[in-house]
Amino acid sequence: MAEEVKKETPAAFKVTIDNITIDVAPGTTILNAARSIGGDVAPPAMCYYSKLEGSGGKCRTCLVEVAAGSTADPRPMPKLVASCRTTVMDGMIVKNITSEKVTDARNGVVEFLLINHPLDCPICDQAGECHLQDLGYEHGKEGTRYQFARRTFKREDIGPYIQLHMTRCILCYRCTYVADQITNKRVHGIVDRGDHAAISTYISRAVDNDFSGNMIDVCPVGALTDRTFRFKNRVWFTKPVDAHRDCENPECCGKATLWLRGEEVFRVTARKDQWGEVQSFDGKPGWICNTCRFDKKETKDWTIEGQTLVARHSVIGANKYKKLEMPAETIKEVMNGRDPKLMMNIHNVSEVNNPNIQLSEIEGPAHSEDFNRSAEHVAGEGESTQWGMKK
Amino acid sequence: MAKKLLLDKAHVEGIRHYDVYRREGGYRSVEKALKMQPADIVEEVKKSGLRGRGGAGFPTGMKWSFLAKPEGVARYLVCNADESEPGTFKDRYLMEFIPHLLIEGMIVSSFALGSNTSYIYIRGEYDWITDILEEAIAEAKQNGWLGKNIQGSGFDCEMYVQRGAGAYICGEETALIESLEGKRGNPRIKPPFPAIKGLYDCPTVVNNVETLAAIVPIMNEGAEAYAAIGVGKSTGTKLISACGNINKPGIYEIDMTISVEEFIYSDEYCGGIPNGKKLKACIPGGSSVPILPANLLLTTAKGEKRLMNYESLSDGGFATGSMMGSGGFIVLDEDQCVVRHTYTLARFYRHESCGQCSPCREGTGWMEKILLNIEQGKGQMSDIDLLWDIQRKIEGNTICPLGDAAAWPVAAAIRHFRDEFEWHVLNPEKCLKENFGLRHYADPIHVPA
Ligand SMILES: Cc1cc2nc3c(=O)[nH]c(=O)nc-3n(C[C@H](O)[C@H](O)[C@H](O)COP(=O)(O)O)c2cc1C
Ligand code: SF4
Ligand code: SF4
Ligand code: FES
Repeated sequence: MAEEVKKETPAAFKVTIDNITIDVAPGTTILNAARSIGGDVAPPAMCYYSKLEGSGGKCRTCLVEVAAGSTADPRPMPKLVASCRTTVMDGMIVKNITSEKVTDARNGVVEFLLINHPLDCPICDQAGECHLQDLGYEHGKEGTRYQFARRTFKREDIGPYIQLHMTRCILCYRCTYVADQITNKRVHGIVDRGDHAAISTYISRAVDNDFSGNMIDVCPVGALTDRTFRFKNRVWFTKPVDAHRDCENPECCGKATLWLRGEEVFRVTARKDQWGEVQSFDGKPGWICNTCRFDKKETKDWTIEGQTLVARHSVIGANKYKKLEMPAETIKEVMNGRDPKLMMNIHNVSEVNNPNIQLSEIEGPAHSEDFNRSAEHVAGEGESTQWGMKK
Repeated sequence: MAKKLLLDKAHVEGIRHYDVYRREGGYRSVEKALKMQPADIVEEVKKSGLRGRGGAGFPTGMKWSFLAKPEGVARYLVCNADESEPGTFKDRYLMEFIPHLLIEGMIVSSFALGSNTSYIYIRGEYDWITDILEEAIAEAKQNGWLGKNIQGSGFDCEMYVQRGAGAYICGEETALIESLEGKRGNPRIKPPFPAIKGLYDCPTVVNNVETLAAIVPIMNEGAEAYAAIGVGKSTGTKLISACGNINKPGIYEIDMTISVEEFIYSDEYCGGIPNGKKLKACIPGGSSVPILPANLLLTTAKGEKRLMNYESLSDGGFATGSMMGSGGFIVLDEDQCVVRHTYTLARFYRHESCGQCSPCREGTGWMEKILLNIEQGKGQMSDIDLLWDIQRKIEGNTICPLGDAAAWPVAAAIRHFRDEFEWHVLNPEKCLKENFGLRHYADPIHVPA
């Protein structure tokens, strides 16, 4: 039987995404095929989460154009498809960033996601590692066409560790999948429907479960935040290090990222991969238990392995790495040698976050003295480029 | 007078009850079907040309032939009686007056598809019809048409009625299945289609009430005779629920050869427009299909008379045509405001969106708010283009067709009645004063003689 199937289906499907052709295993989704190419070819995904079964298909940010369905049936698909839930066919041709239709639709989706969003990044703990921020930066407009009052909800503590800001939620459903698949009892879910739908718990029930903290990690926005970290620090001021401990909980992977400032562990999260998802170890998602996440807040609880590679291109990466390859400066060139007037690097003028302080150069955790030095703005200590990074 | 296949006996005294229904020739189709091979029944339905009456008009026989039949896995037939589309109220009539017709059609269909457990998922608000159906099912069972070993054929079939809880979206077939399973009624992401993985992950066919009832005349009269009624790919008869500004609102069983003009103006059907008013516009197939101004409604862009059938109503695509949809025929006379009307629909879709996908969840609410502004004289010219852009970005980009259904009415209203939107922007005082009185304010569109 298995033999027969093999004869009919080739071991690998050829798929072309934005003019790059690769081989992938049958059953792979377009999104995962694109991720294996990497870079800009990978569509943004706000609701899909590879470690959560059934996720995806909802946010519509990952829409792509299928210009040819397969070698056998090369007709284009009439509508854009959600790449996270559409599997590739042999000979399929997909357009992501090379499709105007996709860009147009994606801009639309981002606008829809933002019309009711509070845009309170300056006071949001997720700022700096928020997927909606990244998405808005890339696809959003500078102004809004929405002239109405934004939808708001009351803040709610759902249990001792998690705060829910429903106003920021994009209804990606990821947290409900975590609760279904990782915790042993779901007590929260989506109530009501349409634009009045909300995440909520059963009346007077708290989310209280050994693994509930992972909901914070999967939330792409600042709707679910860590109550033990609230307003303690901006994520880009803390220094992430990989660490592990022998966790008593057999389900917990015990590998985490500690976000430090000095000897102080400000927060503990699961380790994230370049797509912002929890990393897998030995093929298993590295979820961590609430004890590791909320109770082990001293460096002595952990064995520190070294600096975390922040793979996402967000502001958390700022100042954390040296020897970054910076692209050649072109703006000066096109402006006949003049410096651009309105463009500046916020870090160059910031009192608190001087680019000359390379966190990566500091042995061990960064201390407050290291940050205080930034106020002095020591001249000549390493030249910064336009973008605040050493060449 | 057109031949009636479904409602022919609907007004016979006591037809709601088994004895009368049987005496009038009921359940003959089951007797006939049980002697046939299930695959041959599917062939008959294919030959009849029957198209789904739930809205999309997909050929029923073809849908049935897609049903997967893996060994040892149950198959299900589900009747979609959620009927919640504004303007559509035909299924309700059929179930209320002649419930055994649906049950008879479902028994034949269950046999053809191999479903031993079949469900009727009924709109929650139809609570009294639930009772009528349950009584009819009990009668059918007492008389050996349901249950174990039906009429000695060896075929078992149980039938259950499940009430919805007040959500239009649960009429979408995959949301219906979720709801039937006891879950939140969110549409599923397709594929897989229900024919492969439906109720309880088993192969499932979902059909509209009228579709399943039409199986009875197809079996009784034969596929050829059924296909001979109507025209082209619009075979058989169709129930139309007519409402709005007409003299005789109600349910009409038509054969699909009559013209729209005849349907509106003849005394056999809607009986014209009350108070000598002129026809302004019409939504021919339930709230989700594009609205058409009178001239395009009565004649196609090619200048031919438009007929009450699938092909003719959609002639010209969305640029100049509409759709048969679910047969909810809504007529607007010269006093009706298209902006106000579009706002009402937008409000409905915003309220009924399940909220899973961002374009539908956020876009429907946004459109509603802008439409209300325009309607109340607070709109700007740029709002009209904004509306157009929003609907364009919803359409085709969502999980289920509710997104499209919300976008189309707005698109069609702007496409055909842009000047009326502009009038609202330019005359804020007037539209505030006169609009709520539902008085005449826009030039009625000229009706071709
Ligand atoms: C939002 C939405 C609501 C729907 N409501 C109904 C309904 O109330 N009744 C119905 O028969 N079909 C409804 N449909 C269509 C069903 O999804 C499905 O196509 C139909 O039940 C198939 O039956 P048919 O092939 O007999 O037409 C709806 C579809 C959508 C997208
Ligand atoms: S709270 Fe966060 S994870 Fe949960 S649905 Fe909202 S955005 Fe998604
Ligand atoms: S289109 Fe609307 S109703 Fe359909 S799944 Fe998306 S949000 Fe729900
Ligand atoms: S990531 Fe594909 S739809 Fe959200």
